[in-house]
Amino acid sequence: MRLANACAALMFVGIAVYALLAGADFGAGFWDLTAGGDERGRAPRAQIEESLGPVWEANHVWLIFVLVTLWTAFPAAFAPIMSTLYVPLTLAAIGVILRGAAFAFRKASETLPLRRWFGATFASSSLLTPFMLGAVVGGIASGRVPAGEQSGDVLRSWLNPTSMLGGVMAVVVCAFLAAVYLAADSERRGRPALVLFFRRRAIASALVAGGVALAGVFVLQHDARTLFHGLTHRGAPLIAVSAVAGAATILLLVRARYAAARVSAALAVVAVLFGWAAGQYPYMLEQSVRISDAAGPHATLVAILVVLGGGSLLLVPALVWLFVLMQRGMLVAEH
Amino acid sequence: MLGVLAVDQPDLFYARQQMAFSLGSHIVLACIGMSVPFMVVLAEWKGRRTGDLVYVTLARRWAKAMGVLFAVGAVSGTILSFEFGILWPRWMGRFGSVMGLPFAIEGFAFFLEAIFIGIYLYGWDRLPPRVHLWAGVPIGIAGVASAFFVVAANGWMNDPTGFTLDAAGNVTHVDPWAALFNSGLWPEAVHMILAAFIVGGCLLATPYAWAMLRGRRTRYERVGLLLPLTFAMIAAPLQLVVGDWAARHVAVHQPTKLAAMEGLYKTTKGATLHLGGIYVGHEIVGGIPIPDGLSFLAFHDPHAVVKGLETVPAADRAPVNVVRTAFQLMVMIGTAMIGLGLWMLLAWRKRRSVPRSRWFLRAALIAGPASVVALECGWITTEVGRQPWIVWQVMRVRDAVTDAPNIRFGYYLLIAVYTVMAVFTVLVLRRLTNTPLPTDLTRALSDEPEPLEGS
Ligand code: HDD
Ligand code: HEM
Ligand code: HEM
Repeated sequence: MRLANACAALMFVGIAVYALLAGADFGAGFWDLTAGGDERGRAPRAQIEESLGPVWEANHVWLIFVLVTLWTAFPAAFAPIMSTLYVPLTLAAIGVILRGAAFAFRKASETLPLRRWFGATFASSSLLTPFMLGAVVGGIASGRVPAGEQSGDVLRSWLNPTSMLGGVMAVVVCAFLAAVYLAADSERRGRPALVLFFRRRAIASALVAGGVALAGVFVLQHDARTLFHGLTHRGAPLIAVSAVAGAATILLLVRARYAAARVSAALAVVAVLFGWAAGQYPYMLEQSVRISDAAGPHATLVAILVVLGGGSLLLVPALVWLFVLMQRGMLVAEH
Repeated sequence: MLGVLAVDQPDLFYARQQMAFSLGSHIVLACIGMSVPFMVVLAEWKGRRTGDLVYVTLARRWAKAMGVLFAVGAVSGTILSFEFGILWPRWMGRFGSVMGLPFAIEGFAFFLEAIFIGIYLYGWDRLPPRVHLWAGVPIGIAGVASAFFVVAANGWMNDPTGFTLDAAGNVTHVDPWAALFNSGLWPEAVHMILAAFIVGGCLLATPYAWAMLRGRRTRYERVGLLLPLTFAMIAAPLQLVVGDWAARHVAVHQPTKLAAMEGLYKTTKGATLHLGGIYVGHEIVGGIPIPDGLSFLAFHDPHAVVKGLETVPAADRAPVNVVRTAFQLMVMIGTAMIGLGLWMLLAWRKRRSVPRSRWFLRAALIAGPASVVALECGWITTEVGRQPWIVWQVMRVRDAVTDAPNIRFGYYLLIAVYTVMAVFTVLVLRRLTNTPLPTDLTRALSDEPEPLEGS
């Protein structure tokens, strides 16, 4: 029981880090898409390329981390989730492919017509993946994935109000994170025009996120009562933290305190994710499968924890080095 | 065998095709991801140490191509992780806890690979040279490690250990470490890693073989050809030895797979090996027979008894001709590669250079695609030879497949996306190869004599 909870908690940390890091990479795709024509969009696109290039692949691995932890530690949840929600998951994976490949192609190709194509693919697939993953979360959180070997309704499990809310929320939150981070990056590189560009967008997307969250209250109340109850009871403090952190981010942005805004933006997102986890605890698949029911045998859980512990000894220093080099401006594309 | 009912999945065929197609694509990129980093780092090291512009330029260009291919490889791997659950949920649901551990470990290898490739590719100009060089080393090591662990999972599918099944078919007494260190792991993993060096080396050498055939024969092309090809040609003879080890492992642990690889129907003492030919009605027609050859190869004893396909019901036999043809093709290509390596070695000992003949260049050019064919054939041997089992003699493929409807559309979509991606990958790579060399390098090269004559 305790081992299973520990594995679930670590997996959830993986989900949160994925949302914070890769989420922002997807969000950057949204701003790339809306940055305007070749001339006007050149500077923001260059900033996006610079901020993403060295890190997006490492950020992406958190998704793999979550998947493999889920299937090893909680096979009884992994199997029904994947088979019931296979449509949005396939689309999310296609988005991952197109986004990653197009980004790499764009960087490697210098001529403009091709670049524009790759850019458009990169940007539009950056919307697809978060939307679909948000829809998957919505399907799980609203209890639409039945346990057992028979798959549930492969359409209504994600074409439903809660999933749509999850999808839209994911896109908006990614855009919000990206704008805040990019504003901070532009400031550190001393690019005031870009700072303003991204600041405006960060504030706008924060307001939109707030609006979507309010609308979400009504959606969840009608479509996902159990989740709603969880969010407004056990999860309530975390949801409150998220709201406060979101408001604080706007304030910090207005005051041009970008480094601090980055932290509070991240906090707002992490809090809402953990609010979801707390609201759903101890169930993994709503109302039927508890964390301990879905967990694999004791020996495997121990092995997973050993591997995660040992792996972190290698991972954490490497990751820290990457981000330090990044912050110091040591990682730039050749010209 | 498990006491579960097979699901009625009209799209089972598409699920298998999708798995095969996406694995077959991923593996090519994975091989490049494992071996090319070592070649790039070696070239960078030589370039930095000697200041030789040829090596410096090669290292930078290879690194660029590696960056693109790594990205494509990583995303093509991601889809595999999804597919395990999407296509085979019953397999994962039942055995995820048994064979998932290597994937969890592999996840960390992926992290390290992705982190260091970011540092290596983007740190070229600003990191101190030594630091930069060393940042390249973990990429290849992590790549090889990831192969080791995925193949551990595949080895487990071939030789499932680390659990027991109770009377009701439930999985009990799980020992994930025993599952990880299954007996198939070592021969398979070593064979796979060597294959990666063969494939990566041969592919990286092809553009230079092509350029030399078209008359561009400066030192730049010669080094670009020789450095990667040397990696491949060192691996080739080792591959034969390890392949023999793998075959003997199959003979013991999956006797009917070996029988399918060789087209042996009747259990035979002193079994004959056939080179070529096809399997018609329980025997090989055509081909060159080598008496006692099979017994000798499989058990290193000409009189050993080799089990035939007759030992299992017809429904439990793999499609012989697919498996056998794939196996023969792999071995043929592997053997030819050893020949190519010898040729290279002789020329090197005589003249410290590439063999003079245009035939050598032609062979080196073909070696690239041929190595990929051998790679795919090897995997067809392993995977189709395992049929109808997804987990050898424990779970059948049709008991593992999802019951969700209409999964074939995912297959169609994937084919479309991969086709587009392949086209653009080639386009972008061609663009990288065709970028003119830096002028200081061309000037330096034009001052050098041209030792290789056309013929
Ligand atoms: C460049 C690629 C390449 C080359 C030249 C060879 N192989 Fe190979 N072979 C592979 C690449 C490969 C592989 C990476 O595709 C496989 C699939 C599964 C595996 O572990 O390695 C494989 C599998 C494989 C198997 C099946 C293992 C199993 O099912 O568990 C056998 C028996 C051999 N090989 C034997 C050989 C022999 C005798 C070769 C003679 C030179 C040879 N291979 C060359
Ligand atoms: C990367 C190189 C690989 C290639 C080219 C490859 C190729 C194939 C092929 C051709 C099939 C279809 C067999 C059939 O239906 O007749 C298949 C099936 C499958 N392979 Fe592999 N395989 C590879 C590696 C792996 C690895 C490392 C794993 C697991 C760890 C794996 C897991 C599977 C599964 C689950 C199936 C579907 C079930 C089945 O048909 O047995 N494969 N693969
Ligand atoms: C024998 C077969 C396989 C080998 C040798 C192999 C090896 C590799 C290597 C070297 C990479 C690094 C990326 C690159 O070089 O482009 C990679 C990426 C990846 N592979 Fe495979 N792989 C195999 C099969 C599989 C299978 C069966 C799965 C999943 C079930 C898988 C999942 C992944 C994932 C998720 C990535 C991306 C990691 C990242 O984001 O950096 N691979 N693989």
